[in-house]
Amino acid sequence: MTAASETIFQDKIDQDIRIEPKDWMPEAYRKTLIRQISQHAHSEIVGMLPEANWITRAPSLRRKATLIAKVQDEAGHGLYLYSAAETLGISREEMIGQLHSGKAKYSSIFNYPTITWADMGAIGWLVDGAAIMNQVPLCRASYGPYARAMVRICKEESFHQRQGFEILLVLSRGSAAQRRMCQDAINRWWWPSVMMFGPNDDASPNTAQSMQWKIKRFTNDELRQRFIDVCAGQVKLLGMTLPDDQLRWNEERQHYDFGPIDWEEFRNVIDGNGPCNKERLAARVQAHEDGAWVREAALAHAQKKIQYGKTA
Amino acid sequence: MTTQHTIDYALHLADNALVLGHRNSEWTGHGPILEQDIALSNIALDLIGQARYFYQYAARLMNAAARPGEPEVTEDVLAYLRDSWDFRNCLLVEQANGDWGKTILRQFFFSAYQYYFYKELQRSRDGELSAIAEKALKEVTYHLRWSSEWVIRLGDGTEESHSRMRKALDELWMYTGELFQPADYERSLIPVGVAVDLAEIRPLWEERVREVLKEAKLVHPGSMRADGKATKEWMQGGGKQGRHTEQLGYLLAEMQFLQRAYPACEW
Amino acid sequence: MEKQHNWPLWEIFIRSKQGLDHKHVGSLHAADAAMAIENARDVYTRRMEGVSIWVVESRHIHASNPDEASSFYDPANDKVYRHPTFYDLPDELKHM
Repeated sequence: MTAASETIFQDKIDQDIRIEPKDWMPEAYRKTLIRQISQHAHSEIVGMLPEANWITRAPSLRRKATLIAKVQDEAGHGLYLYSAAETLGISREEMIGQLHSGKAKYSSIFNYPTITWADMGAIGWLVDGAAIMNQVPLCRASYGPYARAMVRICKEESFHQRQGFEILLVLSRGSAAQRRMCQDAINRWWWPSVMMFGPNDDASPNTAQSMQWKIKRFTNDELRQRFIDVCAGQVKLLGMTLPDDQLRWNEERQHYDFGPIDWEEFRNVIDGNGPCNKERLAARVQAHEDGAWVREAALAHAQKKIQYGKTA
Repeated sequence: MTTQHTIDYALHLADNALVLGHRNSEWTGHGPILEQDIALSNIALDLIGQARYFYQYAARLMNAAARPGEPEVTEDVLAYLRDSWDFRNCLLVEQANGDWGKTILRQFFFSAYQYYFYKELQRSRDGELSAIAEKALKEVTYHLRWSSEWVIRLGDGTEESHSRMRKALDELWMYTGELFQPADYERSLIPVGVAVDLAEIRPLWEERVREVLKEAKLVHPGSMRADGKATKEWMQGGGKQGRHTEQLGYLLAEMQFLQRAYPACEW
Repeated sequence: MEKQHNWPLWEIFIRSKQGLDHKHVGSLHAADAAMAIENARDVYTRRMEGVSIWVVESRHIHASNPDEASSFYDPANDKVYRHPTFYDLPDELKHM
């Protein structure tokens, strides 16, 4: 029984036919997808926090409005992804529980602090840039609800990156303090962004299976290289530098060579030792706990309404 | 000095919207459930949008009346470079968020006011103000519906939510009177058909509030108390004239920091 | 185990202004239908005007089974997808 269904399943994938919620799928595929999609959702939600940090201090009304809109978009993205994950047999409540207990991971980048306004620019340019590079290929992921969520997300994401770059551009043309703010933010966000693509391919055991299942379309190193190539060009437009003295165009490879990644820092941040891990999680747990009475009341009222309807 | 009055009026309306939008935006990332985070942020965005229209109008009027050589006034100059004594928002909107109950109750009181207010302002003789009102009314209609539903949900939800709403009502009621106290600049603009006559919309607001509080099973603060004595309705005021609560200073310190610390910069 | 106060899941269908039919766009959690519609407006239409929104609690949707030669499905299983709260499982059962 299983052999035939495995074949049908893989055939569909090979032909780029979407797998939909009620189709047969290997348990491992389902579990991997749940983990991947929910972690992506968690990243969007936790990712709201470092940027929401600056909403009340945004230095112009236009920036204030666009920052709120951006963070709101991220909430929406989290929602699309939780929604996609729920089609696989896990509830939102369970996923939130996994996040809060530390069982589920989220993108390590959001464990870094946003300490100046320029960080809003750096996050838009670099972090969203890295996310886009990851996400565009996933618009053709094999699992239908995931792919459709990604299409929606990608449509909204490109404006985020452009915004971030524009923030930095304005700073780069501003006062001495603003130019310094711009370079400083780039210096702090560059390497963590590069690490967003995950460990090197040879340290990524799951990559091969994920590629076969088409829930991953390019390898970590492929995407990382692409990202570095693009940013190395864009940073020149800002008149700024990337904090890598080994960054050099390699004519032979037709790519930029770059310096070593501090994998120990990466591992530590993933393990919970990043600058903001505790605060980020605490904020999410706090919001959830503070909101319990609200959620409970809304449900209680919904029940009452049904009762009122019956006695009306 | 009708132009100055119109400027003051526009600033008052802008400040109301900005301060409340700012307060609501503080919830971003901390709401009780994701979907509501989005809803309240949307409301914040709408309010900031309204503020911008009013500030831009005030700025145009100020620039037109300015003497040559005076620095240009922009929406950001108005929002970021005035101190609290020049802000003309009502005290209601600057109150701290408190819990979700206090936030949505504040929203309900204000949205009900804005709803009837904008409906009237649509007919203002001032073309700019009426245009802004028309656009804003659509948004505010939604804000009123959303916040009314929440007041009812929480008022008539669980015992805990009910008691939190009672507390919120206690805390906010005394700021609602100011919404209908016309400032001097409003009084001078009413006879010329520019400003809304607050006395006309007050009964509509009161009726709506009565309805919603009733459905929410909350005791209207204007009712008789258990001991048979009517509650004395002493209302706080002064916001429209620049006399604020201690809250506004902190809010502005945070909001205006970058512009103050790095003067004359583009962002 | 904390009290059950999970908001039910709703499926959202949107017909755009120029559209001919409602399209399924995703799901969200809400305590009641009014909230579900407002949330759907906020999340899936970004407050666009002139759209029509349908919301249905996920548990009320019945769906056909995929047209597969070898059908491994219990014919009684006509739920929309594998959502766990459709099934009355004992609390002690974990990871399902």
